[in-house]
Amino acid sequence: MGKKILLEHINVPGIETYDVYRKQGGYTAVEKALKTMSPDGVVEEVKKAGIRGRGGAGFPMGMKWSFLAKPEGVPRYLVCNADESEPGTFKDHYLMKNIPHLLVEGMIISSYALGANKSFIYVRGELMYVIRILEKAIAEAKAAGFLGKNILGSGYDLELVVHPGGGAYICGEETALLESLEGKRGNPRNKPPFPAVKGLYQCPTVVNNVESIATASWIVNNGGDAYAAIGIGRSSGTKLISASGHIKKPGVYEIELGVPVEEFIYSDEWCGGIRDGHHLKALVAGGSSVPILPANLITKLANGEPRLMTYESLSDGGFQTGTMLGSGGFIVFDETACVVRNTWNFSRFYHHESCGQCSPCREGTGWMEKVLHRIEYGHGSMHDIDLLVDVSKKIEGNTICPLGDAAAWPVASAIRHFRDEFEWHITNPSEATKPGAVFKGDMALV
Amino acid sequence: MTETPTTVEFTPERLATAQEMIARYPQGRQKSALLPLLHLAQEQWGWLSPEVMDYVARMLEIQAIEVYEVATFYTMFHLDPVGKHVIEYCRTGPCCLMGGEEVYDYLKQKLGIQAGETTPDQKFTLKEVECLAACGMGPVFQIREKYYMHLTRERVDEIIDELSR
Repeated sequence: MGKKILLEHINVPGIETYDVYRKQGGYTAVEKALKTMSPDGVVEEVKKAGIRGRGGAGFPMGMKWSFLAKPEGVPRYLVCNADESEPGTFKDHYLMKNIPHLLVEGMIISSYALGANKSFIYVRGELMYVIRILEKAIAEAKAAGFLGKNILGSGYDLELVVHPGGGAYICGEETALLESLEGKRGNPRNKPPFPAVKGLYQCPTVVNNVESIATASWIVNNGGDAYAAIGIGRSSGTKLISASGHIKKPGVYEIELGVPVEEFIYSDEWCGGIRDGHHLKALVAGGSSVPILPANLITKLANGEPRLMTYESLSDGGFQTGTMLGSGGFIVFDETACVVRNTWNFSRFYHHESCGQCSPCREGTGWMEKVLHRIEYGHGSMHDIDLLVDVSKKIEGNTICPLGDAAAWPVASAIRHFRDEFEWHITNPSEATKPGAVFKGDMALV
Repeated sequence: MTETPTTVEFTPERLATAQEMIARYPQGRQKSALLPLLHLAQEQWGWLSPEVMDYVARMLEIQAIEVYEVATFYTMFHLDPVGKHVIEYCRTGPCCLMGGEEVYDYLKQKLGIQAGETTPDQKFTLKEVECLAACGMGPVFQIREKYYMHLTRERVDEIIDELSR
């Protein structure tokens, strides 16, 4: 079911090569845009499409584009954020590795729309093999006349540069990414000024996620209205979901926004259900930073209606009973998973990845990791639970970039929904620290 | 085991690559080539000694401290000598759900080393890393550019035995 926009040709043999990609209709969007559309015309279609940033924040892409400052004589830059590092998220890795030309084509169209003559794809350094795939695709596109000087006789010039990161989650934050691209440590910048005004090299810059940019070709070919007709309301279009954890079929799936969460988990078309003999216990729907939900809140809203895979439905109920679509990192936990251990694991991640610039995050993530560690290893006290909530609240909203929030939410939500599991660890340390021991309280399993 | 280089200079091929990398960035923004050059240097020498970092600084016409502060920030750079194969093992949540911790314990036991250590024969260095963006294929580790996925004890045996030869 559902429309495929990005992964339609994923299974065509040789789709990673220019020739096969071209035969499947590749680069027709570049021809259409450069020969028949003005840059503003492309921006207009993307606005009409209503596509929201696919990296996690969900900010409307067309609006982001329209904020780009255009002072005379100052270069403008487009930077693609391919630093995919949010635990549970591996869709951009999959897309770039399998259909590199989809990103290259999207970069050409997006750069044209923004008036950028040099654009960058910032790829996390661990994916060096993907960088080589992208560089090959760029060379092929250049040889075919889709990059370089005076592309298709339009007078438009573009160079694409693939830039490797060095292993730092924080560089997925757009201003940290720009610092990193300038050859510095990935410390996020204060905003304002926003990148749209002062970004890369202090020039106006747009930073977009891989999946967002890759969608531009389809929008140009089919029109913004056609894109907006897919999905539900403000959640238009399709979304790549990275499904992992205790499901039968982990992988990357393209869904039309609006699929019921229950169907996504249990349908054979997608996750295929929980692995044999087990039951759904909890879910992280949008990457490690979004609130974790227990089974009984995942598939239904408070009013009993089914919860859908949309920005609005997943966040329905706020943080009390809802979560976020985020990056689409869909991590499924069955009853063998220990929420305390997982929360400690995520806390360690954020502590490790904090850039250290803001004290609430630098110190707070370390405290949370330590407190969670002692609960997990049988040395916690009841007071520790409130202490964790207190620390998480003091980090949230008090840092330059959202890493602080991203570190606070998993802890606060785990305690909100699984407090009895934390208490069990504290009151039954000898039992809880046995290998493989998991709380078996009266939690609702689905 | 990688060694402290006596002469610090890129091979002619890598020197050409380095110059091409620097030319990718706008004039006067050559510092942008720092991460690409550090990767290139690590590819040649296996790790980044102070001498190598100084060489990169000279090449980019920046202060040595500008290289040190970057090399120490990013986790992919090895600032001490490492073994022939550096195993970078993902320790993050989704891999752990798939049994990543048990496989990791087995790997440590098989190699006889802990995270951050190198085997006495200098063949393997073990490092713990955070999420490698391959969560649906976990447990995962990486050696240089290659991802090893769906790890099990048996798979670890195969990989280590193969690389030990």
